[in-house]
Amino acid sequence: MLTLYNAQHDDLVKALVDGFTKETGIKVNIRSGKDFELANQIVQEGGASPADVFLTENSPAMSLVDSKNLFAKVDDATLAQVPAQFVPSSRNWTGFAARSTVLAYNTHALTPAQLPGSLLDLAQPQWQGKIGIAPAGADFQAIVSAVLELKGEAATAQWLAGLKANAKIYQGNIPVLRAVDSGEIQAGVIYHYYWYKDRAESGAGSANTELKFFGGKDPGGFVSVSGAGVLASGKNQAQAQQFVRYLTGANGQRILADSKALEYSIASGVPSNPRLKPLTELDPPAVDVSKLNGPKVVELMQKAGLI
Amino acid sequence: MVAVLALLPLGFVTGYTISVGWTEVQRLVFRPRTGELLWNTVRLTGGCVLLCAAIGTGAAWLVERSALHGRRFWHVVLVAPLAIPAFVNSYGWVSLLPQATGYTGALLIVTLSYFPFVYLPVAASLRGLDPALEEVSYALGQGSWRTFWRVVLPQLRPALLGGCLLVALHLLAEFGALQMLRFPTFTTAIYDQYQSSYNGPAANMLATVLVLCCLLLLVAELRLRGRARYARIGTGVARPVPRIRLGWWTSPVLLGLSLLAALALAVPLGSLGYWLVTGASTDFAPDELVTAAASSLSLSAIAAVSTVVLAVPVGWLAIRHRGWLSTIVERSTYFGNALPGIVVALALVTIGIRAAPGLYQTTAMLVAGYVILFLPRAVVNVRAALAQAPPVLDDVAHSLGLSRLATLRRVTLPLIAPGLGAGAALVFIAVVTELTATLLLAPTGTQTLATQFWSHSDSIAYGAAAPYAAAMVLLSAPAALLLTRDATRTTHP
Repeated sequence: MLTLYNAQHDDLVKALVDGFTKETGIKVNIRSGKDFELANQIVQEGGASPADVFLTENSPAMSLVDSKNLFAKVDDATLAQVPAQFVPSSRNWTGFAARSTVLAYNTHALTPAQLPGSLLDLAQPQWQGKIGIAPAGADFQAIVSAVLELKGEAATAQWLAGLKANAKIYQGNIPVLRAVDSGEIQAGVIYHYYWYKDRAESGAGSANTELKFFGGKDPGGFVSVSGAGVLASGKNQAQAQQFVRYLTGANGQRILADSKALEYSIASGVPSNPRLKPLTELDPPAVDVSKLNGPKVVELMQKAGLI
Repeated sequence: MVAVLALLPLGFVTGYTISVGWTEVQRLVFRPRTGELLWNTVRLTGGCVLLCAAIGTGAAWLVERSALHGRRFWHVVLVAPLAIPAFVNSYGWVSLLPQATGYTGALLIVTLSYFPFVYLPVAASLRGLDPALEEVSYALGQGSWRTFWRVVLPQLRPALLGGCLLVALHLLAEFGALQMLRFPTFTTAIYDQYQSSYNGPAANMLATVLVLCCLLLLVAELRLRGRARYARIGTGVARPVPRIRLGWWTSPVLLGLSLLAALALAVPLGSLGYWLVTGASTDFAPDELVTAAASSLSLSAIAAVSTVVLAVPVGWLAIRHRGWLSTIVERSTYFGNALPGIVVALALVTIGIRAAPGLYQTTAMLVAGYVILFLPRAVVNVRAALAQAPPVLDDVAHSLGLSRLATLRRVTLPLIAPGLGAGAALVFIAVVTELTATLLLAPTGTQTLATQFWSHSDSIAYGAAAPYAAAMVLLSAPAALLLTRDATRTTHP
């Protein structure tokens, strides 16, 4: 029996776990929460943690647990299945899925020509009161981390101050998308799959919206990595390693690609869901996933008054 | 013991603050964002308490003292909003009126959810009042308004202030509703901090400020309540209270009450119904709903009983053995309620895994968290009931040879049973809808209606969350109904 601390979407992980149990006969006990909620809990628990495996939506929470030396090394056989840009340099955890930053915009309010060329442009005064963000969640923190990694501290602080002045604050990607769709704001920063999921279901929350992929190695084209790691204190090391290998293996990746989650599959050469704009066309900026700096980002966001 | 348990999270927060060091405290506390949050919290709490006091007392007077038709019906209607969790209410409103956010939206919607906290104790208190005092006032030539202000209202003070205190403490800790209404207060900010950083030094600092707010409220309520005693002997004259005729006020009063019912009940329930129908297309597993409902039900029942059992000695000390020590014990139980669930839960995680690893992630630990969070709801009711139960009856029982324990069982407990029932019902309802502490403390794999609702409303569509919201309302309804029945029992012994 494995104990999984899960911050990924429940429905996706349930499908993955079912596939794993069917293949190996190993049962998995799931504990759900958000990235930093669970990361904080694991750190508080320390060596006594009942967790065997930790899954997140974004990498900064993985870096936090890694910084406390709580992860065991991931098996080389597993890491061999994952392209190098999705593995941290410490090799203590691995990416298993990815999501692209996008700008959702209201097609009645904006034409493609009026869209900002870069994510950083959203800090300019002409966007005041017209854009939305969800700064409290791990999703947005990963994006800020990427900006910090690419542009440095001063530029990030300036950008955040501009966002504080311009943006309406929402409690997550879905509320941002809804606000864009209803015309409450003209555009909002979200991850791609919230839009695709809404389109796949009914389109009711995205009918008046389209997505802008920034591309061109702009910070707004940042691709965030969902992480999986084995806790060093876990009592079921071999099985935990087996689970992470399954996640990044062909069968796990296929479940991910076929699921309604619409995140990108990244490993074992399994192509992503054909509905999505292909990962190879995104042209994201190059960011080392293990360099994404949680504490510094939080400090900058606190200074800007966003959290 | 109870006080020590209740003070654990406070100790954790204080200890943390000290360990962080003064310069860091300064950096984290004295920044514009804290001022913004403080102002938001103060104006929301102030406004909501005033509105709840006015609506709750006014409605209680109409039901208990006026010649209004269908009083039994109105009583049920006025308690019923308790069965609708504040965040479900908020969702109902926001999905109907997306503009209903920010200060005005939050103030109105939270008031609609919380006014029964004032209505209930005030109505119970009005029923327990000796009508003779009012008759004396009328006999002395005072009109009904002056009688209300000078005779009735002063006697309602403990109930009214207790209710207001509950509303205020509740607001300090409210998370789900305000998150949905996009009105940031300390609690939503603390939660955001925990979501975005390690160990939340900033979150603990904000929690410290919140504790100071709570302390201020507790002292203020104590000051306002004064030292008067409110018990009397016997159940009063067995004759109905003369009810005031409303005359030409009847229509406006009925209109007002109907409007209140429409805003507090019809809007959220209607919108829930809409989502149940619309969301029928989304895949939905009935077995998951049943499992979640079963664990919500059992957790809430265990927590309600444990909390009331622990509240009895606290209330008893506070009423029967007044003194600074008993005041401190009683007041200390309130801190848990003002601290957000996530702070209490993380304190228990940290302390639990070191001090009692065997209890970690067990139901016992989770129930301890619930007790800390919701003790005040039980204490307020037990205290109010004890305040109206004359101690001389205990003395008589003693003099007739009953032991202390037997007196408690045969005299005191029956007298305060309605208070115990009300306290248990309030705790039950609170646990059904509790989210953050459940997420952190529950045994792995436990899913409640509230955690499922949030998980669905977060990841898929609100349609999929609707069945869980509806189940929460259904589960809370009997407890809310119990609150109305207990009150009737006092009227017709």
